[in-house]
Amino acid sequence: MNGPRNGAVILDRRQVLAGGGALIVSFSFADAFAQDQGAVHPPRWIGSLKDTPFLDSWVRIDADGSITVFTGKAELGQGFKTAFQQIAAEELDVPFKSLTVVTADTGRTANEGYTAGSHSMQDSGTAIQNAAAQARELLIAEAARRLDVPAENLRTENGTVIAPNGQRLGYGDLVAGGMLHVQAQPQSRLKDPATYTVVGQPVPRVDIPAKVTGGAAYVQDMRLPGMVHARVVRPPSYGAQLTDCDTASIEDMPGVVKVIRSGNFLAVAAKKEFQAIKAMRALSAAAKWKETAGLPKQEDISRVLTGLPSQDSTIFQRSNPAVVGQKTIEATYTRPYQSHGSIGPSCAVAHSTDDIMTVWTHTQGVYPDRQGIAEMLRVPAAKVRLIHAEGSGCYGHNGADDAAADAALIARELPGVPVRLQWMREQEHGWEPYGPAMVTKLKASLDSSGAISDWNFEVWSNTHSMRPGGAGTLLAAQHMAQPFAVPAPKPLPLPEGGGDRNAIPIYTFPNAHVVHHFIPAMPVRISAMRALGAYHNVFSIESFMDELAMAAGADPVEFRLRHLEDPRGRDVIEKAAEAFGWQKGQKAPQGRGFGFAFARYKNLAAYCAIATEVEINHETGRPRLVRAVAAVDSGQVVNPDGLINQVEGAIMQSMSWTLYEAVTFNDTRITSIDWQTYPILRFDAVPESIDVHIINRPGQPFLGSGETGQGPAAASIANAIANAAGKRLRDLPLTRKRIKDAIGV
Amino acid sequence: MMTLKVNGHDHQIDADPDTPLLYVLRDDIKLNAAKFGCGLGQCGACTVIVDGKAVFSCVTPLLLLEGKQVTTLEGLGTVDAPAPIQRAFIEEQAAQCGYCINGMMMRAQALLQRNSKPTDEQIRAELEPHLCRCGTHMRILRAVHRAAKLMDTAELSTGSAQ
Repeated sequence: MNGPRNGAVILDRRQVLAGGGALIVSFSFADAFAQDQGAVHPPRWIGSLKDTPFLDSWVRIDADGSITVFTGKAELGQGFKTAFQQIAAEELDVPFKSLTVVTADTGRTANEGYTAGSHSMQDSGTAIQNAAAQARELLIAEAARRLDVPAENLRTENGTVIAPNGQRLGYGDLVAGGMLHVQAQPQSRLKDPATYTVVGQPVPRVDIPAKVTGGAAYVQDMRLPGMVHARVVRPPSYGAQLTDCDTASIEDMPGVVKVIRSGNFLAVAAKKEFQAIKAMRALSAAAKWKETAGLPKQEDISRVLTGLPSQDSTIFQRSNPAVVGQKTIEATYTRPYQSHGSIGPSCAVAHSTDDIMTVWTHTQGVYPDRQGIAEMLRVPAAKVRLIHAEGSGCYGHNGADDAAADAALIARELPGVPVRLQWMREQEHGWEPYGPAMVTKLKASLDSSGAISDWNFEVWSNTHSMRPGGAGTLLAAQHMAQPFAVPAPKPLPLPEGGGDRNAIPIYTFPNAHVVHHFIPAMPVRISAMRALGAYHNVFSIESFMDELAMAAGADPVEFRLRHLEDPRGRDVIEKAAEAFGWQKGQKAPQGRGFGFAFARYKNLAAYCAIATEVEINHETGRPRLVRAVAAVDSGQVVNPDGLINQVEGAIMQSMSWTLYEAVTFNDTRITSIDWQTYPILRFDAVPESIDVHIINRPGQPFLGSGETGQGPAAASIANAIANAAGKRLRDLPLTRKRIKDAIGV
Repeated sequence: MMTLKVNGHDHQIDADPDTPLLYVLRDDIKLNAAKFGCGLGQCGACTVIVDGKAVFSCVTPLLLLEGKQVTTLEGLGTVDAPAPIQRAFIEEQAAQCGYCINGMMMRAQALLQRNSKPTDEQIRAELEPHLCRCGTHMRILRAVHRAAKLMDTAELSTGSAQ
């Protein structure tokens, strides 16, 4: 399984130097390799190195031996900063603690786009792994030159190259000039996974100690000298126009430094934070808005969506007319708009100095967000620097980018003064771009043997990304005088997809037809939320698989295996079923139900199967997840505890989405604006246990697992509810009221 | 000007009496642990201990704190010398983004100070006012159980030393 990695071109420092230019030499190496192997390059192992090929973009070694690893990805609480440090320590042969990891910064790191789509490990982790391995090779080559010892006789340990006679040369002594300023080779000599000592270990997260002791861990904790606190006053509804606002009295309030009004953009900055909040309240009361009733009826949203114009495309088609169904069933599943609901409202610190706007932000994409902010400020991108600083968990495109733009727009009015801007709770809940509402219609037939003979799947959805790039995606740019228009939405391309993410079944059916109805019109502000369309599509497919299994009189686990060829998929299904104690013909205790679901995220990332036990209170209809057992295959595991933490979290969060959550609105305003009006999971609903079993695949590519659990968890819980209630619920969320109505108590 | 006792130290505070404690802690005393989450007492991220009780600092005005002892997460221990509750959360890796964790720990600390051997049910009930969005609940529960054991052990060893 290590074939493509171990047939490596060995980089020789002398050849590099002799080539009269690293760039030329490495290109020639790449070509020679491609010809030798008849291979298509670049190979998929290489991750983000394909866009940012210089080794020193990823790994820097200073003369004092200190090592810095760079990633263009942002730590969002998923723990990859620790995982990257493990990967680099492993391939460089240095102690874990001797490294520093620098995350997304337009002034220092590679442009790796967004930290999204469970891509961090495969993009950045792979790049760091290969860059570190190649850096180590260069260090060995240099030591070989200096010691006049063949490279193959040298070994590395603890940041030094060691010769057979015991001579040692530290990495800091060996590194010189632009040694690492060379392009990566398409292949690396990676360590044999069997020899790993750091990768694969549950190394404690590097960020947790500060977070549990009150260290400065978040952008919210930044305090720059002379910093002021700002708050925005957002319009009361989408499209509301500011008709009047007497700002004079607010400017006289204690501590107020400046009131900013530009078109429909209103903000205030004050010396102290609570002064800013009081001034914001006064400003809010003084502002007069003209609102428009432009929202559809919340309870009709599925009908509204399917009635909107759509761009329809068949994204999958397979025909075998010889196989004919006997029994056909149909079902429609719906999902409401759902909120990211970050616990910490979005925050940013912006500082305008000497023509450069620096913004510290918890955006998922420092480079695209910089582009948007620069366009909004009407300055070249080079005049704006974005530095990632951790915020509260975001789970997708929340208010982070908008808060960064707000801070920048305010800081522009206060040259030289650092501005810390944080949203209020109702602003985060009311203005974040939600996970889009979706509708799926499924129809399938069973043949005489009880196998699925044909499968039809249609999904209606908006795009699942209105992230920056252009300024028009940012609220501040939409609201300011001379505003920027919201750009036309685009469907995200397959194979990853957006609304059609995971719409193509992973199962093998003789006849299958999958249609994506992409809806350009967006009645409610939406964008990317963890797993994008996969959450609803997997919920739909895996609920429907259970409906079909029941119609076929088959056990749900056995029915899935009957239609699944992928051996790694089969392994996670079998593992989860076995660990749960799943048995054919089983019967859950009174008032309880068992459920099962499986998916491979995007049909190309991590595999995840989840079995659940749910209890329903027959008086109230209240559902409770009693226990969940998951099996996950994420390729080579770097930090097993980090992976387990991600999957546990995915199950809990998806359970909350699935049982409780829907954004609410009337004809004008969003009405779910806090935790009272948008209830989520609390401790009374926390299950007795969640067990996550990892199937490790040494040497296999990192698959990314941050989102793999969302869909299977939803469907598994829905299936358990159907099993307990004897009724199928197809409209999310599966609330106690809907369950109560279904069981008719 | 008012004197506020935080983590055993007196601070002279120049803020309006209606200022919520949260902003005094963060803005005047420059402490990080208590977090703004909702400002409404709905999420628990801002929790601190006042005279032994867990309170939401975002809805507790300064004027109610005259003569009271305020303890924040910083007052329990440090990275180099973590308190049992902090050790327990590190050992259980009981955080993802960690934004809510201050509140979880302070509420648990207040519970453990009055009940050193809480049941699982008591811990769950105690943490009911607190929201975690990353879904770290199982680890948080394990960490509180572990903290109870660590405190118990610490008391025993202190006892034997005397």
